[in-house]
Amino acid sequence: MLEVSQLSVGYGEFQVLFDISFKVKKGSTAVIVGPNGAGKTTLLKTISGLLPIISGSIFLDGIPIQEKKPHQIVEMGIAQVPEGGRIFPYLSVEENLKMGSFPKRAREKFKDRLKWVYELFPVLSERKKQLAGSLSGGERQMLAIGRCLMSEPKLILLDEPSMGLAPLIVTHIFKLIQDINTQGYTILMVEQNVKKALQLADNAFLLESGRIKIKGSKEEFFANEYIKKAYIGL
Amino acid sequence: MKRSYLYFLGTLIFIGVLIFPHFVSNYIIHIAVLILIWSYVSTVWAYMGRFGLVSLGHGAFLGIGAYTSGLLFNNFHLTPLVGMFIGGIAAAIVALILGYACFRFGVIGDYFALVTLALAEVIMLLIIALREFTGGSLGFTLNKMGNSFLYLSSDSKIFFYYLALAFVILSILIWKKIDKSKIYKAMRAIGEDELASASLGINVIKYKVIITIISAFLTALGGSLYGQYITYLNPHTLSGVGVSLDIAFKAILGGMFNIWGPTVGTILIVTMEETFRGIFGSHFIGVSEVLYGIALICFIIFLPKGIYGTIVNKLSKK
Repeated sequence: MLEVSQLSVGYGEFQVLFDISFKVKKGSTAVIVGPNGAGKTTLLKTISGLLPIISGSIFLDGIPIQEKKPHQIVEMGIAQVPEGGRIFPYLSVEENLKMGSFPKRAREKFKDRLKWVYELFPVLSERKKQLAGSLSGGERQMLAIGRCLMSEPKLILLDEPSMGLAPLIVTHIFKLIQDINTQGYTILMVEQNVKKALQLADNAFLLESGRIKIKGSKEEFFANEYIKKAYIGL
Repeated sequence: MKRSYLYFLGTLIFIGVLIFPHFVSNYIIHIAVLILIWSYVSTVWAYMGRFGLVSLGHGAFLGIGAYTSGLLFNNFHLTPLVGMFIGGIAAAIVALILGYACFRFGVIGDYFALVTLALAEVIMLLIIALREFTGGSLGFTLNKMGNSFLYLSSDSKIFFYYLALAFVILSILIWKKIDKSKIYKAMRAIGEDELASASLGINVIKYKVIITIISAFLTALGGSLYGQYITYLNPHTLSGVGVSLDIAFKAILGGMFNIWGPTVGTILIVTMEETFRGIFGSHFIGVSEVLYGIALICFIIFLPKGIYGTIVNKLSKK
């Protein structure tokens, strides 16, 4: 579904990503793990068109998207949940969700999607009239994911959904992400919580200082000595 | 019950506004016309301001509008009814170039305000530099036309009173129209978080440019109207930093997030200026400006939502 090939990205003179290549299969969950500053967020921002590339290409279902603008990419079916959720604090929960269905493609089925998102996240339905800024950290993350689902994406990019959340809530959020995946949505997730993230993954990539060091299946990652030592702590 | 009461009050005020100029002196009508014109301008300024696009350079658009229609009239005898739209289009083009350049390269918030501030100054200096056409810093006087609606010219202040009132009503109607449109939804999200908006598929640059163009175009119409009323165009009163800040202050003071906020702010500031000038004008030169400045600072510190905004918030909470 998503294919990234020989991608290099930088901020001005400073190159962050070097020669990144990987594929995400339709219906699968792929996880990119790695330490702070490895370029994980940069990679996601590049895929959703928020950053310009130096070289390389990105394909969605075989169509190159690296030249496209962010709103065109969303229209094509890639939606991103930005780091920290970035909900609109002064809009109500429901208004936040409404903003998610802003793309033309999503406007028609708006009502059905809203119902579905409320079923998925009952807590949002209870608080639909509340200002989003008054939600707890976990609820905000759910709202951010729900808002992204409103655009009816094919591929969901998740940027550190566990950031700043209590362990119990992280488990809950990851369970929800798994549910969303089983409903047929392809997921590409960036995470620092390596152990939890790998449990969800079909495929995983280790990103270190801008390069992909290791690629493999969940089992291969759990068996890898380097990963065990450096990231899982066994 | 409460709603019908508000409608009643609104109708009463509207009737009052309609018949008011027939009972007062020419001086009061003059103040009222100024209030209406500046209410209109600061309302269209707030089209952008309320979404976090704070422009400190609307004097640029005001000047472009006034000078374009004024020069076309004096030199080519073109009616301001047409000239003001040409001025509006010229301002819209400047807004398009400035807006696209700023938003494309992520110039936002305070930096955007500074760029617009520079624009106002550039337009004023340009008007002064093109002395042969514009009369430089001395300005120029519009040719006399007597009473003619076609040339938006009249010796009667009441004519301008109703004309300016129509402009204010127009600006309120457009505000409501924007509120019902996609632009409103997009801009509200952009105003809260640009990156999140972009990742939701909102074309951030497009919507920001659109709202800037609408605001610039309408501001230029206001400039032209002001020129027709005063019949004397001067770069310092129509463009530059001073006017630009005045426009922004009026809207901010009244409350730029509320539809009637800029109007309330304008009424307050213009009356305050006139009162202070009346009291201190000839005895203590400069005191009126000082008092005006102090009052402004107090309002901004203690009522950040603006006067009208604060009152509306208090009432709606009850």
